[in-house]
Amino acid sequence: MERYLFLAQRLTAMVLGPLVLIHLGLILYAVEGGLTASKILSRTRGSVGWGAFYGLFVIMAAIHGPIGLRNVLNEWTSLPKTATLIITLGLGLLLLILGARSVVAVVGLGG
Amino acid sequence: MSLDESISHQSLLKVKVWRGKEDGQWMNYEVPARENQTVLDVVSEIQRKLEPGLAYRYACRVGVCGSCAMTVNGKPRWTCRTHVKKVSGTGELTIEPLRNLPRIKDLVCDLAPFIDTWQKAGAPFSGIQTRHQEPAKVDPGSKARKAADAGLQCINCAVCYSACDVVSWDKDYIGPAGLNRAWTLINDARHGKRAETFNKAFGEGGCGSCHSQGNCTRHCPIGLSPSESITGLKKSALFGLPKV
Amino acid sequence: MHPLRNHKSYVAAFGHRVSGIALILFLPFHFWLLGSALGGADELDSLLKYSELPLIKLAEWGLVMFLGLHLLFGIRILFLEFTDWPSFKSKEADKRAGHLVNLVVPATIFVLIIGFIFLIQAW
Repeated sequence: MERYLFLAQRLTAMVLGPLVLIHLGLILYAVEGGLTASKILSRTRGSVGWGAFYGLFVIMAAIHGPIGLRNVLNEWTSLPKTATLIITLGLGLLLLILGARSVVAVVGLGG
Repeated sequence: MSLDESISHQSLLKVKVWRGKEDGQWMNYEVPARENQTVLDVVSEIQRKLEPGLAYRYACRVGVCGSCAMTVNGKPRWTCRTHVKKVSGTGELTIEPLRNLPRIKDLVCDLAPFIDTWQKAGAPFSGIQTRHQEPAKVDPGSKARKAADAGLQCINCAVCYSACDVVSWDKDYIGPAGLNRAWTLINDARHGKRAETFNKAFGEGGCGSCHSQGNCTRHCPIGLSPSESITGLKKSALFGLPKV
Repeated sequence: MHPLRNHKSYVAAFGHRVSGIALILFLPFHFWLLGSALGGADELDSLLKYSELPLIKLAEWGLVMFLGLHLLFGIRILFLEFTDWPSFKSKEADKRAGHLVNLVVPATIFVLIIGFIFLIQAW
């Protein structure tokens, strides 16, 4: 299992790298003049491109983050390893659900 | 202060030594500072002239056996090949047992957990051939053989194990020496249990726990790079066993 | 500082970890906030107005910094692990390649620049 968790974390990291760069660029662009919902939504609503981009982002982050947190908990807390695995899976699932919900909210379904 | 006093003051080395077990105390000693003097010389001089009950471990005194490693001014070192001048700019030394291992007495720690990690990494060599067969032909220039050769000269001193932060955090972590050993075996065509060793090196506490801080390589007294062996293992995560 | 942690790789690994923890704790709130747009632009706006509070603004700025740092420290790990990076060959090579490989200085500068632009635009 460790081998596949390790691989999953490194492979998602490789995908996340460019995604984060684009996301950072977008943040710098988007905050200019303040954030409003209409500005955000006019850019994203009905956009297949942004939908795919952030959909992929959510999936990758939901895999990458919890595996990292598992390492932190294993090394910096005395929680048993089954507990840290359950936390990892739970957090991954939570991020996946919340993330999917936010993509649907921002992009909208069916345009 | 008279001239005599100032000279004798300058030529003394102030040494703090850990005495006892986990709940011990620091003791202060002063030994003459000499032109050529290793940390092990200092410990021996304290034991012979000042503190006959001081427990410490050494054997060969020439950097072969790996017995005399201790923590010197906060860093793990082989004391027999560590000159005092190299580590003590201030004329002061603090000497304690290696980190990450149970203490037995004074400067001696229990190496059993460290040796166990070798087993955990699938370390015993397992031959395929019998004595009646021709010796295996191994190309010394092959990529696998070079990778194995690079990690072979380990003297089991436990300096890397003591230097590693991940070992101090996670008692299940195999650590640099065990994983380095696993990598040499995985690249050895004559090892019969390559797949088994590979799986152990990727198991719980295996190479995936390494954070690439490089403390093992930075402190290895004979200049090996467990870091590189561990990244070798990590690189083979995707495609499995390297070709030998 | 602990004698075993007084080097750039430690700073990079520690920074990578701390920024990662901050990001994973922040992410559920981030998703939850964006998800409120399900109720329409007004609902999202009613939450976005809190982002004008100085303390929230500072926290957001910190998170953008952390994202940049985590990315760069992560690139360091990937380079160390999946290329034949010279610094891992020996401690001598580590000394030679140290500045380049640890990315601490360039990472900090890069992120400070991003953070500065972000601050100017958002405030």
